[in-house]
Amino acid sequence: MSAHGYKVVGTRPVRPDGADKVTGRAAYGADVHLAGLLYGAVLRSPHAHARIRRIDTRGAEALEGVRAVITASDFPPADAGRIIDLGEGQQTVAEVRGNMLASGKALYKGHAVAAVAAVNRHVAEEALGLIEVDYEPLPAVLTALEAMREDAPILHETLTRKELGTDTGEVSNVAEHFRFELGDLEQGLAEADVVVEREFDTATVHQGYIEPQNATALWNQDGRIHVWSSTQGAFVVRDTVAAALNVPVSRVKATPMEIGGGFGGKIRVYLEPVAALLSRKSGRPVKIVMSRQEVFEGTGPTPGSHIRVKVGARRDGRISAAYAFLAYEAGAYPGSMADCGAMCIFSPYDIANLCVDGYNIVVNKPSTAAYRAPGATNAAFAGESVMDEVAERLGMDPIDFRLRNAAHEGTRRADGPKFRRIGCVEVLEAMKNHPHYSAPLEGPNRGRGVAVGFWFNVGLASACTIGVNADGTVNLVEGSTDIGGTRASIAMQAAEVLGLRAEDVHPVVVDTDSIAYTAVTGGSRTTFATGWAAYEAAHDVLRQMKERAARLLETEPECVEYQDGVFRSGESRMTFAEVAARLNETGGPVTGRAGVNPRGAGGSYAGAIADVEVDPETGRVSILRFTSVQDAGKAIHPAYVEGQMQGGSAQGIGWALNEEYCLSPGGAMQNSSFLDYRMPTSLDLPMIETVIVEVPNPGHPFGVRGVGEANIVPPPGAIANAIYRAAGVRLSRLPMKPETVMEAIWAQRD
Amino acid sequence: MATFRFKVNGRDRRIETDPARPLLDVLREDLGLTGTKYGCGEGQCRTCTVLMDGKPAASCITPVREAEGRAIVTIEGLAQGGGLHRVQQAFLEEGAMQCGYCVPGMIVRAVALLESNPHPSRAEIVQWMDGNLCRCCGYPRILAAIERAAGAQPEGARS
Ligand code: FES
Ligand code: FES
Repeated sequence: MSAHGYKVVGTRPVRPDGADKVTGRAAYGADVHLAGLLYGAVLRSPHAHARIRRIDTRGAEALEGVRAVITASDFPPADAGRIIDLGEGQQTVAEVRGNMLASGKALYKGHAVAAVAAVNRHVAEEALGLIEVDYEPLPAVLTALEAMREDAPILHETLTRKELGTDTGEVSNVAEHFRFELGDLEQGLAEADVVVEREFDTATVHQGYIEPQNATALWNQDGRIHVWSSTQGAFVVRDTVAAALNVPVSRVKATPMEIGGGFGGKIRVYLEPVAALLSRKSGRPVKIVMSRQEVFEGTGPTPGSHIRVKVGARRDGRISAAYAFLAYEAGAYPGSMADCGAMCIFSPYDIANLCVDGYNIVVNKPSTAAYRAPGATNAAFAGESVMDEVAERLGMDPIDFRLRNAAHEGTRRADGPKFRRIGCVEVLEAMKNHPHYSAPLEGPNRGRGVAVGFWFNVGLASACTIGVNADGTVNLVEGSTDIGGTRASIAMQAAEVLGLRAEDVHPVVVDTDSIAYTAVTGGSRTTFATGWAAYEAAHDVLRQMKERAARLLETEPECVEYQDGVFRSGESRMTFAEVAARLNETGGPVTGRAGVNPRGAGGSYAGAIADVEVDPETGRVSILRFTSVQDAGKAIHPAYVEGQMQGGSAQGIGWALNEEYCLSPGGAMQNSSFLDYRMPTSLDLPMIETVIVEVPNPGHPFGVRGVGEANIVPPPGAIANAIYRAAGVRLSRLPMKPETVMEAIWAQRD
Repeated sequence: MATFRFKVNGRDRRIETDPARPLLDVLREDLGLTGTKYGCGEGQCRTCTVLMDGKPAASCITPVREAEGRAIVTIEGLAQGGGLHRVQQAFLEEGAMQCGYCVPGMIVRAVALLESNPHPSRAEIVQWMDGNLCRCCGYPRILAAIERAAGAQPEGARS
């Protein structure tokens, strides 16, 4: 039993879906098979920017075995300007459809232009080659700074720049400029004894989930549309399909299959409506599975960015002012998560005077999507590099400097809200006290760096029902797709309330016809919010079970106590299982239910300590030791919390050292394969050490904070700071690949 | 089109197909063995690993003609009778997965290791598994699971 007296929360049971996953039985999206299934394939633009003058599909239609060919003109009529909220910010119907099948213009290399359904994949692919598209290539614009220039080629003739909340009416690639401000920046800079200002660039990177996007759809003769896919949110799929095809949401049923990783990238919908249109045209179910190249070129990576940071501090170690300029590449359509970067960049600090300017800019790259703490990692690389330099100039230890300025309860975040109880100080103290931080690091070209990061976490709607079985177990029905073990972390919260063992709660993730609305698995919300729904539903079960027990014990429900799986009234007692066995004679089945939309998502802080060795001849950086520290609020399943920390750290290390979209001047990705887009392998990574800090979130019954994201935020900054101590150079560009490191070393030698 | 004969998970199979077709597609589409997964189609992630005569092979870049006369084992063929293979059991107990998509390829490759080297060192495991991509876990638990399957005390997985 843990210190809180919890019996299930805080333990490490085997996951309920584990056996299916180790035997290959777990059914992922690409594993769907239906009678009469056709295979779909998507034709993609070879140009990063081009007007589409004409598409001739007759050749493809004439090929034997082809059952349907579609283009954007096959979308049914709809109000293109209607704004819909799809779990990852708002978009118009035209934007949502435009990214699924280009209309008028292709806006990036890999942009879907047409699609085919055929009797097998081979025929479908052959048919793509018979579709004739007449393109008029246009100049492409590939970076935020280029796209901001007055004379830059314009992506959308209808996109006008929003300036500090008002639409200027001016056609621009800058969708939006926003500003967060606290105090008086100039005043704060005037008070500073030390001011450091630096510029940074970060490359576009991909979430890199191993399972490509996929979708199967059946447009039934009764007008109902059923889709199966790997998604972070079945209801997002349902709502997106409905919006794109202009049908009511109740006409669409979305079945979430097992999902092979997402990290934010499987919130947006690419294929389901396309498969549905092909199904309507062919009268058969249609499955589309992306290739790895299509995943890189046709799905949302995370934004590249240009960032400028200026921080001023007094000799006493206090930060007096901080400024950041964040220009984020949204890709082909507006929406870049610059706002999230702005919310996070200075959130580990209590700063009276600060200002963040954010720019959300369209460029001829794939429309970007969320990637684990979206927007925050780029920003923290820049912010934490500058903080490290300020600490150095003040002659302070980097953790002491951060502790001196750490955000705490009552600190105001850049975008306004005041923090409730947060764990920033505790995370920093855990870093300082960790043996890693004081361990000697000997040898030339070696250095140790630290950084901290923040992610705010979200709440959002979740539903859950629990049915009691006659053998004293329960079935827990939920709408949150399970990417990393949330079946277990949600079931454990119900088990704790019900006084049952974890394995007595059987969680099942169901389709959108079988549970009420549940938002995406994202924003580190699932264990927090769906766990809360399970907690409430379990209490609902308990209330009803007490009534049944009262009847059986011949007393009033108020007189029944429940503890450790036993109902008691005076001397009489009955176990949960005994009452469960007699439900039908005491009034019928018991179902608990809950729908929640909790507001109290507590933000999570994470820290990283990195030891690196830099090869001065090649610029290659090796990670010698790495420690990840994170505030989980309360770790429901500590092994899964550690798994999130290790996974997020590994992704952060890849982002820091290797990963990037290498584009040709014309905007074609040169490395759209795992051979050339190098993600960390087991040899690249050290054994990532983890420390879970628990500062309970006052906004959750068990104190849970989401843990999925904050852990990716500090690694690039920590590694940059370690490289500085190893090689004496401060790097301003991600990834910090050997060439980049060598350039900096040579520049310093000159 | 040509006819190929090979064993899959102990059963004789006869397949009529294009000789260049990847073994992965034949397993998944013709034989319904969807436990073997596609990740890249170019031999770079090893998610599609199967055993061919006991040796691990990336089935996405193995043309079906190369399977002729060979014995193939997929993830579905490891559990015997009612029980899991000890590597599967170790992955389950160690919680060596998040999304689970890389797991079939990891397990199949680890089985091949333990068959040729029943007591590998940590370094040998890391070396052998290098190139089997997992994007979720950062590898420590996967390596620990393989150590556990080899009967060793997993090292440092719960630091
Ligand atoms: S799918 Fe075969 S190696 Fe990636
Ligand atoms: S567990 Fe998701 S890729 Fe390995």
